[in-house]
Amino acid sequence: MKTLLNVLHKDMLIEWAARSRTVALLSFAYTILLLFAFAIGPDAGALRLHAGAYMWLGLLLTSTLLLERSMRIEVEAGALSKLLLIPIDPAGLFYGKAIANTLQLLLVGAFSVPLIFVICDATLTENIGWLGLTLILGSAGLAAPGTLYAAMTARLSGSQLLLPLMLFPLVVPVIVAAVKATSLVMLGDPMDQIGAWLTLLACFNLIYWSLCGILFGRVIEA
Amino acid sequence: MKNRWEIAIGILGFLMLAVAHYIGLFVSPAEAMMGDVGRILYAHVPTAWVGLLTYLVAFIAAIGALLSGKAAWDALVEASVEVGLLLNAVLLIQGSLWAKPTWGVFWTWDPRLTTTAIMVVAFGVVLALRRQIDDPQRRLTISSVATIVAFVNVPIVYMSVKWWRTLHQNFSSPETVDPMMVIPLRLAAFGMLFISTAFVVRRWRIAMAGLRVDFEAPDLPAAPTPLKVED
Repeated sequence: MKTLLNVLHKDMLIEWAARSRTVALLSFAYTILLLFAFAIGPDAGALRLHAGAYMWLGLLLTSTLLLERSMRIEVEAGALSKLLLIPIDPAGLFYGKAIANTLQLLLVGAFSVPLIFVICDATLTENIGWLGLTLILGSAGLAAPGTLYAAMTARLSGSQLLLPLMLFPLVVPVIVAAVKATSLVMLGDPMDQIGAWLTLLACFNLIYWSLCGILFGRVIEA
Repeated sequence: MKNRWEIAIGILGFLMLAVAHYIGLFVSPAEAMMGDVGRILYAHVPTAWVGLLTYLVAFIAAIGALLSGKAAWDALVEASVEVGLLLNAVLLIQGSLWAKPTWGVFWTWDPRLTTTAIMVVAFGVVLALRRQIDDPQRRLTISSVATIVAFVNVPIVYMSVKWWRTLHQNFSSPETVDPMMVIPLRLAAFGMLFISTAFVVRRWRIAMAGLRVDFEAPDLPAAPTPLKVED
């Protein structure tokens, strides 16, 4: 637990020290959302209908940059090997980094929501709390396998290509469920389906937060 | 040629497949709704069964490799993922060939299809990863982890996309179809199983030979070529 908090604190400090990178990341997310709007054209109906999909695809594309960087800072100066020499509990390291990544993804998500409402003319039909919960569960679902995969590919030459190649098929359930839940919040949920999609997100998180925590130690020791 | 039982099993598998397809094409009755198009069942369903079974072998091998760190398990991961991927790709091609006359399109947005397509990428990446890592011990760990995660994901993807409407056939039971349809299906399934077993064992031997080279004979730096010095 102490390891977890220390790692989380360290990662947050690094991000704070490199605020300009975070701003660049947010600009990237914004640009993607704008590009979706441009690609669709001025069809307000289509934009409104698919607003949830654009938001999550934007978040997914941004997440690969964010995750890759979070592991690169560990590998670059040999920080990871030194951390392991302390010695540090790998599970604590994983959960610390995964929570740090979740928080950053949440930040990107929180910045995307207002923009989506403006450029896609989206409306809020259901309680905004559902949207918040979807964002939290969706970001966590991207962060857990993403952190593991980033660690696996960090030292490989093609890491920038391999990470999204591995992550995207894996997070299909997250994208499906998060897009559905977001769309339901925006367009209305007469059949009470949000709960089922959020349960799916929660199950995915439960499986991958435990599985990746177990496997992470093996990956970084290799 | 000692200890090459997989060749015998492979030949047996091909023979069984040939007999099964002869019965399937010329003896069995045509499917009630689809007609002759439905006869792809005898090729498609065994490919799907054996493909999933091969991925299951890969999953078990990955756990074995991770726990024991032994090269034999690692070679089995490589062999079974590769054969599984081959069956998976063949499955998609067969499915598309069948879908065009039946559904009118080669590809459609369907849970079964989506899951299968995602499996190709998820397991294909395992092989890509293996090619990227030179150190045998790291390759064992990383590719085993990737295999486990890919395998665990398949049922989740299936469940998540299942909640969209589905077009793909559901399971049918042997009691509801003509016995002359059950026989070729069973025969083809075992034929496919034997062929795939032969492929996996053969590929395992090749992978083991490769690993043995890795473990026993490290690459030596090339000896410097002396310059010719003329007096």
